[in-house]
Amino acid sequence: MTDLLYGEIEDDLRSGLRGMLDERCAWPDVLAGTGKDEPSDASLWGVLTGFGVLALPVPEEKGGAGATWRETAVVMEELGRAVAPVPFLTGAVMATAALLAAGDELLPEVASGERTAVLAVPFGTAPDAPLPDVAVSGGRLTGEIRDVADALTAGVLLVPAAGALYAVDATEVTRTPVTSLDMTRRLGDLTLADTPGRVVATGDEAVRDALTAGAAMLASEQLGLAERCLELTVAYLKTRYQFGRPLGSYQGLKHRLADLWTSVTQARAVARHAAACLATGDPDLPVAAALAQAHCSQVAVRAAEECVQMHGGIGFTWEHPAHLYLKRAKADAIALGTPGRHRAALARLVDLPPA
Amino acid sequence: MSTAPPGAEELERRVAAFLAAHDPAALEPLAFLRARFDAGLAWVHFPEGLGGLGTPVALQRAVDEAFARAGAPSHRPEANAIGLGMAAPTILAFGTEEQKRRFLRPLWTGEEIWCQLFSEPGAGSDLAALATRAVRDGDSWTVNGQKVWTSMAHEARWAILVTRTDPDVPKHRGMTYFVCDMSAPGVEVRPLRQITGEAEFNEVFLTDVAVPDEHRLGEVGDGWRVAMTTLMNERVAIGGSAAIREGGMMGVVTALWRDRPEVRTAAGHDELMRLWVENEAARLTGERLRQQLAAGSPGPEGSAAKLAFARLNQEISGLELELLGSEGLRYDDWTMRRPTEVDFTRRSPGYRYLRAKGNSIEGGTSEILRNIVAERVLGLPGEIRVDKDVPWKDLPK
Repeated sequence: MTDLLYGEIEDDLRSGLRGMLDERCAWPDVLAGTGKDEPSDASLWGVLTGFGVLALPVPEEKGGAGATWRETAVVMEELGRAVAPVPFLTGAVMATAALLAAGDELLPEVASGERTAVLAVPFGTAPDAPLPDVAVSGGRLTGEIRDVADALTAGVLLVPAAGALYAVDATEVTRTPVTSLDMTRRLGDLTLADTPGRVVATGDEAVRDALTAGAAMLASEQLGLAERCLELTVAYLKTRYQFGRPLGSYQGLKHRLADLWTSVTQARAVARHAAACLATGDPDLPVAAALAQAHCSQVAVRAAEECVQMHGGIGFTWEHPAHLYLKRAKADAIALGTPGRHRAALARLVDLPPA
Repeated sequence: MSTAPPGAEELERRVAAFLAAHDPAALEPLAFLRARFDAGLAWVHFPEGLGGLGTPVALQRAVDEAFARAGAPSHRPEANAIGLGMAAPTILAFGTEEQKRRFLRPLWTGEEIWCQLFSEPGAGSDLAALATRAVRDGDSWTVNGQKVWTSMAHEARWAILVTRTDPDVPKHRGMTYFVCDMSAPGVEVRPLRQITGEAEFNEVFLTDVAVPDEHRLGEVGDGWRVAMTTLMNERVAIGGSAAIREGGMMGVVTALWRDRPEVRTAAGHDELMRLWVENEAARLTGERLRQQLAAGSPGPEGSAAKLAFARLNQEISGLELELLGSEGLRYDDWTMRRPTEVDFTRRSPGYRYLRAKGNSIEGGTSEILRNIVAERVLGLPGEIRVDKDVPWKDLPK
């Protein structure tokens, strides 16, 4: 059985990160950022790079920190709590996983934060889903890819095309910003027109690895977000009085929060299992990642929806963080495959065929 | 002389030495079990001299597995769940030395089965409202009252019993906890038939039952605190089962799905996979709870685990019945039986569906467990208690 607990190093990492994020990434900053032209928070990304967290899953001989995906998962939890607008999932998780699988020369630069790479697939792509249709002719790529997360932030785009994976200089690609449901992780549409690329890997294994790693790690972001929503809601219900009583004394609300807490404890076990499977190359990884997405997506969405509802009028207001969580949670539920898509994948993996 | 408790390796060595000296094939099962208890290899986390060696509870599984591999007789824990899960930890925490020596060995070996005289017709979730009276008469107490939902009362030699000893103080303060001899005159056990048709539980009538004061557990008036110890142990026992993927009720319905393609429907598949995910999430949560306990940092996840277990058992058994269609309309047998062990996945689909309805009531209703999570874990305000400072005798009944 995988180790589902947190170790000492993970606890230390968490407390260091949380202190920094409380200071550098408080929700009013995040909210203000959603109205700016910059597609992500470059200064926060610089601080994170300084923490060395981009290099965690990369072996030391490849310029990394020699830790594992378990520690990366703790970073995801903390970034999820803060709805931090940085390309960590897309760059430090998915692109890094692709480059690790391919053993590519870009890895040290990406691990050090010198360059930011992003996998060029629609953000809703599940690990077992078809990939975009991009043509290759004489090492030059042509095609359109819509809804790529953090496309505008990327320095390098990793583009799956004609059964291989190519590295493309982002400045050579026409990138159109998309007004996104979740403005803390913005999408962009890409147009490649006879754009030069360099082969990073042949076959689609590197891409599939990246998508699976993304699905496994996204669960920890969803866990962090769900936990934050629950904390905010519990705190509010202790201080908000109506009819002469704190709202939190009404059983109708207490029971919903107890159920939500139960779901969050389950999300933690599921997310830890996925992280541990990814870290150790456990054969249960495909099941663990699909399970993590099928379960944690729904817990995060419910936590954010309850957060809005139980805050009442203030929760429906722009000047309150609840909508930041709701938009991130709903976008995360669709990202890398919906819960329904992952349940269908599970049915195949555990041999429970449809009718 | 107390020394540090043995570690995993030393424990393994002691089991091997014990097995070398006690051949399971040659000894009478009871003699073997008594010797195992006396060697401290029964429940290893119990103190020395009382069947254990004071080791962490996590080492128990390896010991049980070693005995099972050697073909040793089982103490049949499934037949004495209340004794092992509830009475024993309470006796350990509150019993006198004499009580511990008298009760714990035959309890562990299965010679003496235990039941629990707690709930009453007028005191379910509100256990502290109980009305069974115990009146002191020199060195003995005279007990009168009625208890319900008493599993195994018809097999039990002993009961853990909570009574009202002082009606003039508020309810939580006037209770006293005893061990009651189920063979004593005045104890009458009647089967209580459930919605499944069988009588797993009983109602127990106590009429002028004499309980010696030496069978009191804890101080007079301190029965609530003693009972809380019993109930905390109960919830951990109910929530933490099915450690393998597709164990328990889920295994029943996945086997049906794989073996009988004709029951498969699109809607059934959606529901099956939704429940599969939730069941696996609950299983991993139980596993994480066990890892926390082994690491010595128990979390408050026990109540949540029991909540999830009850809901899943009900939904999964409901799906099984629907998948079967017309076949699900048949019931195996309404004859009143008195089973000697509890297994939620036995008998038939209809039985499983009906029996699962008890899972959200027994061992704390789901509503009470949600209150516990909301108040003790999340720190939300407690329920309004109109009975808090009122003497028990003045409460509306």
